Amino acid sequence: MTTMADHSAPETTTPGNTLMTTRRGIDWIGIPVVAAVGLAAYWLLPDDLGLLTRILSSALFVLSLDLVLGYGGIATLGQAAMFGAGAYAAGIAAVNWVADPFALLAVGGVAGGLVALATGALILHARGLTLLMLTIAVAQIVQEVANKARDWTGGSDGLSGIEPAPVLGMFRFDMYGRTSYLFALAVLVVALVVARRIVRSPFGLACRGVKEDPLRVSAIGGSPKLYLVALYGVAGVFAGVAGGLTAVTSGIVGLDSVGFSWSAEALVMLVLGGTGRLYGAVIGTAAFMGIHHILAASDPFHWMAFIGLFLIGIVLFLPGGIASGVERLVGLVRGKEDRA
Amino acid sequence: MPTESSVGSLEVAELRAGYGKTLILDGVSFAVPAGGRLALLGRNGVGKSTTLATLVGQTTRHGGSIRLDGVELGGLSSSARAAAGLGYVPQTRDVFKSLTVEENLVTGLKGRPRSALEEAYALFPRLGERRRNGGGELSGGEQQMLSVARALLGKPTVLLLDEPLEGLAPVICDLLMDALSKLDMTIVLVEQQVDRALDFADRVVFLDRGRVVHAGPAHQAKADAALLERHLGVALAA
Repeated sequence: MTTMADHSAPETTTPGNTLMTTRRGIDWIGIPVVAAVGLAAYWLLPDDLGLLTRILSSALFVLSLDLVLGYGGIATLGQAAMFGAGAYAAGIAAVNWVADPFALLAVGGVAGGLVALATGALILHARGLTLLMLTIAVAQIVQEVANKARDWTGGSDGLSGIEPAPVLGMFRFDMYGRTSYLFALAVLVVALVVARRIVRSPFGLACRGVKEDPLRVSAIGGSPKLYLVALYGVAGVFAGVAGGLTAVTSGIVGLDSVGFSWSAEALVMLVLGGTGRLYGAVIGTAAFMGIHHILAASDPFHWMAFIGLFLIGIVLFLPGGIASGVERLVGLVRGKEDRA
Repeated sequence: MPTESSVGSLEVAELRAGYGKTLILDGVSFAVPAGGRLALLGRNGVGKSTTLATLVGQTTRHGGSIRLDGVELGGLSSSARAAAGLGYVPQTRDVFKSLTVEENLVTGLKGRPRSALEEAYALFPRLGERRRNGGGELSGGEQQMLSVARALLGKPTVLLLDEPLEGLAPVICDLLMDALSKLDMTIVLVEQQVDRALDFADRVVFLDRGRVVHAGPAHQAKADAALLERHLGVALAA
């Protein structure tokens, strides 16, 4: 009988193993780093808290996309459907019924999750290009529903008048955006912790197995479609919370929150940062929106061209995204330390 | 309710199956009692792997029945058959390369607690040593151990093994066969190493062109050089 002591033996080291260990190590410290950098930005960039808050809520949305694409292999250009559903649900709830920001996030999460579960059960039998088209169609339908229900959503004028209550009854959402920023940072960090637990759970591992080979998962007793629908629903909750967070921190919800371009931009951000890593979503969002902010100020008409060039460079030279570059760098440093 | 040792009787009758409209198996029948070990032998391309793939629902079944402890599995999905008790280790070794050894094993737990992983490490201590390595970083033998261990974690009553020794060094083959011989469950083994398969099994079924051409005790088949020559084109070393 093998004892626990046997298992504490060091693992065999191979170059691939070093890379995997590096990735896992970065994954572990990624969340504290996000929290620390986020707090540092609060002190260092007090005049840009509005932009930083948008980056945080967008990062949460891109994180939801990473769950479906990076861990489930679900190609989608309709993730904004869940984001928008969450944003409108939280906004409508804030205008009509509740003001507590945590309750509004919960409303957004439930709305996003329900839309994802309902649509995922219908469309996730498809794969590849067909699935991509179906996800776009779902987002278009949600956008049109939001447009037509103008009594509730404000239609093309957008939904305004969202005035959340102070966080925990103490911290008012001030005009400088301090509370919004710290609230968004806290929500993102909690979301990263939860997402990390999910992707490392047996359910998350099975989803990664489905991404690699659905047939193998069936052979060991799992239902690939059920796993994917459940993952889509979970990611829908994340996207809905991101939508709710945007509604709470910005005070307005527009039709663009359900738009195709928002889904596409999120995909670009994720590819830039690196899929299947969680923190890649944060890196990619910060890079995309940071570059957008800087370049759009100097050249408001051609900034997208720079983003395009940047994306081509990343795809050609760092196919795993910016995060993979960080991993390689850390791996190199560790390798040198080991050799020394 | 049957006890663990009394479950796992497999009956296959007049099984006709293939890939799409192409028929590979044309009326295959055999039975394995609970706890029995059957070797499924034949030349290349006669339908051995297709038989196992059909049992777990990964081909197109055109007719016949598959009964596990009297329950018909033929109409069930692949995952439902696995849940019913069929464990499958395919020829391709079936390891998730992007997951670590431990993560690969967790996918086979089927709701059992993580402490059950100790069973896998007890059966194959090498997996315990390599548990944080990626599945794609393992040697062929280690991948095979992982594939077998993961299938066993689901507590199957019947284990289907498709050429588990293919491409492995003799010492690893010994290790693997030794571990398999300790298992108390029904096993159907497809294997090119005829002598090892016949030593391992109680009974043997020879296939040719999708049909059963001989069935009988394994030890008798091993002693019958003419039979082996006729159905496999090989003679075992004395």
